[in-house]
Amino acid sequence: MPTETLKPAETATPIPRAPMPPAFVEIDRLNFFYGEKQALYDISLGIPEKQVTALIGPSGCGKTTLLRCLNRMNDLVDVARIGSGEIRIDDINIYDPRVDVIELRKRVGMVFQKSNPFPKSIYENIAYGLRLHGIKQKSQLDEIVEKSLRGAALWDEVKDRLHDSGLGLSGGQQQRLCIARTIAVEPDVILMDEPCSALDPLATAKVEDLIQELKARFTIVIVTHNMQQAARVSDYTAFFYLGKLIEFQSTRDIFTNPKNPQTEAYVSGRFG
Amino acid sequence: MSESSYFPPRRSILRKPSWAARLESSFFVLLRVATYGVLLAAAAIFIDIGWKGGRVVFQAAPPFINVPFLTQAPETLNVFTLDGQTVKMGDRDFRAYKAANPEKLRDVHVSTYVYSAGGIFPNIVGTVLLVLGSMVIALALGVCSAVYLSEYAKDGPFIRLLRLSIANLAGVPSIVFGLFGFGLFVVAFDWNVSLIAGWFTLAFMVLPIIITASEEALRAVPKGLREGSLALGATKFQTIRTNVLPYALPGILTSSVLAIARVAGETAPIMFTAAYVVRDQMPWQVEQWTDFFFQGVMALPYHIYVVASKIPQNDYTSDVQYGTAFVFLFTVAAIALAAILLRARMRKKYRW
Repeated sequence: MPTETLKPAETATPIPRAPMPPAFVEIDRLNFFYGEKQALYDISLGIPEKQVTALIGPSGCGKTTLLRCLNRMNDLVDVARIGSGEIRIDDINIYDPRVDVIELRKRVGMVFQKSNPFPKSIYENIAYGLRLHGIKQKSQLDEIVEKSLRGAALWDEVKDRLHDSGLGLSGGQQQRLCIARTIAVEPDVILMDEPCSALDPLATAKVEDLIQELKARFTIVIVTHNMQQAARVSDYTAFFYLGKLIEFQSTRDIFTNPKNPQTEAYVSGRFG
Repeated sequence: MSESSYFPPRRSILRKPSWAARLESSFFVLLRVATYGVLLAAAAIFIDIGWKGGRVVFQAAPPFINVPFLTQAPETLNVFTLDGQTVKMGDRDFRAYKAANPEKLRDVHVSTYVYSAGGIFPNIVGTVLLVLGSMVIALALGVCSAVYLSEYAKDGPFIRLLRLSIANLAGVPSIVFGLFGFGLFVVAFDWNVSLIAGWFTLAFMVLPIIITASEEALRAVPKGLREGSLALGATKFQTIRTNVLPYALPGILTSSVLAIARVAGETAPIMFTAAYVVRDQMPWQVEQWTDFFFQGVMALPYHIYVVASKIPQNDYTSDVQYGTAFVFLFTVAAIALAAILLRARMRKKYRW
């Protein structure tokens, strides 16, 4: 790994986590590139455990890129590479060559911007991940499928048609099915990439309520374009601009008492 | 409101006659005539074969289908005049008849026409065997290559060269594939003229079709499904096996339908590698099961070639030609229909 871009430790910003619960995911001076183009500059951020952390910022600021670094989904992009820095979970750098990406992704689940249920039955959508984890018994599968669907506030709507295609559901239901699929395998962290951007306000409200419930069990990182949404659902908010982390505060502070003028301009709607 | 505008003054939205409009409508007529022309040509071919071949395969009396034509091997036709009547007999019947009544045929002139009696059953069987075997090989190799190219290979000069070669392979004439198969499988591998040599030759011929179409089908599977599966902790292979390939199968089967038609119809690749003009045993009449793969077979397209160009032409051979062509079209249509039905079932199961 090239180290020429790694700044000396003393000049790097310390990981801001003072008033926060312990960080579950530690992002430490991360520099990230697409080919020659740098997408993330020196990001240091501690994502607190069992809280909702929102990543906000204008388009192209790198928030989705950062999110996809957390479960190494960026590995799928040929030209993507980490220039320097680490992302640590349980004090293990997830970009260490010894890390099993498959195990990592089992612990760091993801919900995508465009709901992507598999073209299988609702039941199979959830059972798929469970089978990957070696759960094969029908009774266990049944139990977890029900528990996950209840957890995603979808059970009552689909309990009579578990064996119909997941694609027959409405957009909001599909997204909640994807959430159910993700929580079924009991990850530690759930990454959400603009999970409500394609949903109408009612469906959005349901998903937002769901996020509030889920944070008791999971560490949640959510990327959103919608500042009201960040204000509603998150406990902590990180503002990104042009690949740099500008400010990371409790959500209340970011929206009411931002320290950085750029943050203030963005959250008050003056640009972005 | 600005005084000067770059735009011409507003015109009425009513249509005005103009040369451009006339040109457009005449061009439209041209397109339509071209399409109908193609349709007409295809119809002429099908009606010709259907009419003349249908008369051979179907008959007015029960059981309405010319069963011997579909269930017997080709034979030599013997035609002679006996007691003022024209008698037509297949070779086997003729010999039996001659042995039974040697004096009756003493001074009778008998004309013989090769391959004009009996049927084309071994040819049907041979063609079906060739199609099935070569499609299994072509699909196995083709789908694996397509998965590698679209899912694993990183784009680079080598992969680009590979794709270019595959595209070029599609343009190689089938006779070249035939000679290639002859040189490699028949001579170098010492497989002789055999089913297996024909299978591989035909499979290589349709590989470009299968690879290209399968790659398209794999690419058409939304990226979100792959990501959703990987994000759940599936390996790449698990993802491809359970959440990419099944959804691509209908598209892959579409390419197979095209490939089936080509495999069944091509004569050049099998004439050196797998096809016999005539063979007495049926493919399952082998001593050991391994011999099955190393026997030549009779095949419909090669039979058409032989009866149309290698023997003297007359009314009797014409019947065989049209009958064989008709059965050939029907066989290909039946195999293709099976593939289409399979695809429809899969589409119903996996829809995205």
